[in-house]
Amino acid sequence: MKHIDSPMAGTVWKIVKAPGESVDFGDTVAILESMKMEIPVESNHSGTIAEILVKEGDVVDEGTVIARLA
Amino acid sequence: MDIYQKLDEKRGWAAQGGRLSEKSAKLLAGKLFVRDRLKLLLDDEPDFEDGLLAGIDKGVPADAVVTVIGSIGGRQVAVIANDITSKAGTWGYQTFIKITRFQQLAFDLKIPLIYLVDSAGARIDEQKLCYLGRRAWGNIFHNQVKFSGAIPQLCLLFGPSPAGAAYVPALCDVVIMVDKKATAYLGSPRMVKMAIGEDVTEEELGGARMHCALSGLGDVLVQSDEEAIGVARRYLSYFPSSYAQKPDVSAASPKAAAVDLTKVIPHNQNVPYDVKVLIEALADDGSVLEIKPLFAREMVTALVRMGGRPVGVVANNSKVKGGVLFNDSSDKAARFIWLCNAFNIPLLFLQDISGYMIGSSVEKAGIIRHGAKLLSAVCEATVPRISVMVRKAYGGGYLAMSGAPTQPDAMLALPTAMPALVGPEAAVNAMYFNQIAELPESERAAFVARKREEYGADIDVYSAAADSMAVEAVVHPNELRDELIRRYDAYSRKRAEAFEKRNPVHPV
Repeated sequence: MKHIDSPMAGTVWKIVKAPGESVDFGDTVAILESMKMEIPVESNHSGTIAEILVKEGDVVDEGTVIARLA
Repeated sequence: MDIYQKLDEKRGWAAQGGRLSEKSAKLLAGKLFVRDRLKLLLDDEPDFEDGLLAGIDKGVPADAVVTVIGSIGGRQVAVIANDITSKAGTWGYQTFIKITRFQQLAFDLKIPLIYLVDSAGARIDEQKLCYLGRRAWGNIFHNQVKFSGAIPQLCLLFGPSPAGAAYVPALCDVVIMVDKKATAYLGSPRMVKMAIGEDVTEEELGGARMHCALSGLGDVLVQSDEEAIGVARRYLSYFPSSYAQKPDVSAASPKAAAVDLTKVIPHNQNVPYDVKVLIEALADDGSVLEIKPLFAREMVTALVRMGGRPVGVVANNSKVKGGVLFNDSSDKAARFIWLCNAFNIPLLFLQDISGYMIGSSVEKAGIIRHGAKLLSAVCEATVPRISVMVRKAYGGGYLAMSGAPTQPDAMLALPTAMPALVGPEAAVNAMYFNQIAELPESERAAFVARKREEYGADIDVYSAAADSMAVEAVVHPNELRDELIRRYDAYSRKRAEAFEKRNPVHPV
């Protein structure tokens, strides 16, 4: 199953997309706060969001799965 | 047979490579024949070719490698080109003799050396003669290292380059790889399966896309042989023929349309933007050639022209991973700085950096030594070097991005710049940690907010500009391009003297 991973360690600041919404390559799915910067988590696939696996305020590592696509 | 007819016949046979064999012709599917590549690469017919008849006694046309001298953009170059149709482009004894002699010739003539690689690797049946001794395949790498930085060495990877042969691209200045065709790996998928039990496809193991995006071996990913050759010709236009010359300054042309950079660079330091828009606006139209665009994208490295003059740009891209420095981005920038410095290409640093990445995973991976590598490349550079504080310039990242203490020729700042050892959040936390802890819970937030504001007011470009040793000038972004052109023009008259030593002990 296609998934979207965190590009780096940080805190989830905002979830932008919800399950059921469609995403294209490069669309922002969530925004992390890390190193005092807003870090967009971009989709590297196109498809429909099946599940968001994190919530705002969660601490994530590089590679943590943020969302799964249907 | 007439002796002259015999000559024509022998030469004709060698020049057609192995295309007459059905098996060899298959290896060419979707690719250009080696001599067709040369036709596209060179301005004209080659000036001359050496070793056409090598290998004729064994029935191997040109012993699977074509070596010619010709011109690109009116300047002479040496080309070493594998012929995949001749014994699968493998390296035998005559092949390595031809290659090493041509490497030496390129160095003696002080001209760029281009490797067109498409080879199944070493010819195992000739290993006895070619592997162990002082005159052996390994001489190819020895020469590459010896001549590195003296003459430009380019690798165009059109097909396989397995095992030892993978060091040919690895030791070149730049590697252009054809998607779905070029591969490089030390052990083949079959060998990997046998030795460690891993199932992996050739593309995953050593494909062009993997190398250009993940391993960093590849610099530019292209879709065809023709595109690879086009990129190589363009790349060379930024370079002199050797370290002893300066690159050509072409006729300057004004920008067709001015971009209002006050609208491009966000004032809110935490909001990312694509620094490539800034680079395009500063460079001559159509002159940006990005090196490693798919690898460690938080750092952009690009060859550009400014007022006709080649310049190497190193820029933090806040759009990717906040522009934070990682191991790979440090490596990418360090190598690009070495490349530009070797061939007298001035450097431009665009700083927007909240620092090196922190945390246990990057510490374990050696971020300190990778960061030190970038810092050492910056401090060693003797070409004209200008740094521009675009937004954030924090801590060690500021130094690694050619901050004032690393002695650039000029340190410029835009009004959006925010130089500081650390940002307000971290500074207040460090300076007032005990005081905050002693305050009643209800007063903490207000105290922290007030201290952050006080600290923030002090990290202002004008408090930096008050020290003329820190910032040479604060520049309006829309005036930056012209300011840079005038400064490079002046600084390029400088002579950089290196002081004598054997070699620095580089952090890697």
